Amino acid sequence: MDISFYESVISTMLVAGTPLLYSTLGEIYAERSGVLNLGVEGMMIMGAVTAFIVGKTTGSLIFAVSAAVLVGIALSLIHAFVSITMRGNQIVSGLALTMFGLGLSSVMGIKYIGAPGISFSAIKIPLLSQIPLLGPIFRRDALFYLSLVLAVVMWYILFRTKIGVRIRACGENPAAADALGVNVSLIRYACTAIGGGLAGLGGAYLSTVTAPFWVDGMTAGRGWIAVALVIFSFWSPLRAIVGAYLFGGIEAVQFNLQAYGIPTDVLGMMPYIATIVVMIFSVSETVRKRFGAPAALGIPFVREER
Amino acid sequence: MRIAFVKKEKVSFKRMIAVRAAAILLALISVGIIFWFYGADPIEVYKEIFLGAFGTKIGISETIVKLIPLLLCGVGLALVFRGQIWNIGAEGQLVLGAIAATGVGLWAPIPSYLVIPAMFLSGFLAGAAWAFIPAVLRAKMNVNEIITTLLMNYIAIRLLYYLVYGPWRAREEWGNMTWSGFAQTAILPDYATLQTIPGTRIHYITLAIAIASLILVYLLMNRTSFGYELKVVGDNPMAARFAGINISRVILISMMISGGLAGIAGVGEIAGIQHRLRPGFSVGYGYTAIIIAWLGGLNPIAVLISTLFFSGILVGGSYIQISFRMPVGVINMFNGIILLFLLATEVFLNYSIRMRR
Repeated sequence: MDISFYESVISTMLVAGTPLLYSTLGEIYAERSGVLNLGVEGMMIMGAVTAFIVGKTTGSLIFAVSAAVLVGIALSLIHAFVSITMRGNQIVSGLALTMFGLGLSSVMGIKYIGAPGISFSAIKIPLLSQIPLLGPIFRRDALFYLSLVLAVVMWYILFRTKIGVRIRACGENPAAADALGVNVSLIRYACTAIGGGLAGLGGAYLSTVTAPFWVDGMTAGRGWIAVALVIFSFWSPLRAIVGAYLFGGIEAVQFNLQAYGIPTDVLGMMPYIATIVVMIFSVSETVRKRFGAPAALGIPFVREER
Repeated sequence: MRIAFVKKEKVSFKRMIAVRAAAILLALISVGIIFWFYGADPIEVYKEIFLGAFGTKIGISETIVKLIPLLLCGVGLALVFRGQIWNIGAEGQLVLGAIAATGVGLWAPIPSYLVIPAMFLSGFLAGAAWAFIPAVLRAKMNVNEIITTLLMNYIAIRLLYYLVYGPWRAREEWGNMTWSGFAQTAILPDYATLQTIPGTRIHYITLAIAIASLILVYLLMNRTSFGYELKVVGDNPMAARFAGINISRVILISMMISGGLAGIAGVGEIAGIQHRLRPGFSVGYGYTAIIIAWLGGLNPIAVLISTLFFSGILVGGSYIQISFRMPVGVINMFNGIILLFLLATEVFLNYSIRMRR
């Protein structure tokens, strides 16, 4: 096989991995602050449909992406309100958000099925994009580059700044954080909103880069894969890069194996099976390294009952 | 001034009804606003949903038809949820039950009077087996079952597609010509289909199984030592460990019952309604059942009432899909909003709210 084949595999891998990276990064922040949001799938698909519709009506990619981010934030605030302020069950609330998002997106998108949307074009970085094999990395869209920068910045904030310490404290021991004067509710709200905004952005990537069309249910479980990737990444933004592109790679391989006559539906099972396998391995690794989920993940913080 | 939540010890039945009803009313108003944006008169839409589901003889019988799979899935989920085991995979388990039933119904080399029992048995086993995978991962390796059960739904749907587009696809015949037809299996022989109440699509055998399972599961939960162990695992896993309860066993058994019941729901859909396997035969019963189970919780009557409510939404929802040109997803949207409001108002059940200076 010639080099252009491998280059196309890498290219598909990056396109498939980027939306996962955004959603995973967002969920890492939410979970680090102690909020488990299983609504990622719903927020992603709402991001996808919003970006598609806004992009199509205004013709502006900036508007499309910003609207998707705002919609993601709005949805995540519903989850934050229900689970932080009203102390509802976080698992059920997240599931409800996913159902709601899948449903609403399909109602909003029905008039747009099959119509072409607008999409990001590649930015070619001179010289670097000519490198054989690695070239595809340097001729991608703006959102791809942004995702990598974001991963590094988010890692830095989480592990090297005061704000990061506060976020992690809320997820590990909210009572202690509260005693030190940290506003636990505020930080949890903010981190959940970051999670929502990035899930919306991940969804926007699907409908403005991966495939500039609206297809009902087009996230196809990617939100759930992102939730699993958070565990795979041990809640670290840098490891999330590895996880996201590993999964992008699986999608790329799946795409290329079609040529060998393996039924598409059998190949279509691969990302989900791979996610389950990866979860098995990351859990055993988590146990071995004694390095696990934020201790207060999913537990509402009730000041009076401290 | 701050708002303070004061924990209540006991919740009165009246208060529960009032809070739940208020939540559902608020949810209906919110969905109404979305309908209005969509360009449909919310009052008209709701009228259509209600009359569609409960206003005619056909509507009522169809509501009971939808109640069958929802009740089977919901009862199983209520069981696992009591143990804080989150089986989100009823949809996939239902699909597996349907696949197994179709296979047995079409090809099992057994006497025809045994075919229906064999379909139910194989459906139960297939659903239970599908639930066994995430259950054993959770029980033995502590892998999060929420994500694995959910991902297995996607795998199950892919398996269904693979079968109906591939090896199980029926050949059409005309004279001595054959060609591959629609993406569906051949139609089941008569002895592999369930009888219905005349003039309706109510396959009463599955309905009877569903009601029996409701009773049996609640006896299991409230009258057996297994039920007691399940509750301890749900309320306080640490205490369960100290008390010597075999947590893995509790997880495995409850998950397999839950998966098996969802599998039976799949059998009913194939043998009672569809009479062949085809994509899209389940309209998300397994997901709607999550709400039913969570709402009904410990009370079998509450499970029955909430199942009736959501079956009505499914039937009424199918009418508005046609007359107001709405996608199937509208039902998901409905369910999601109702669930969010129920959750947000849950606090009024367990706490009383006081203003404090």
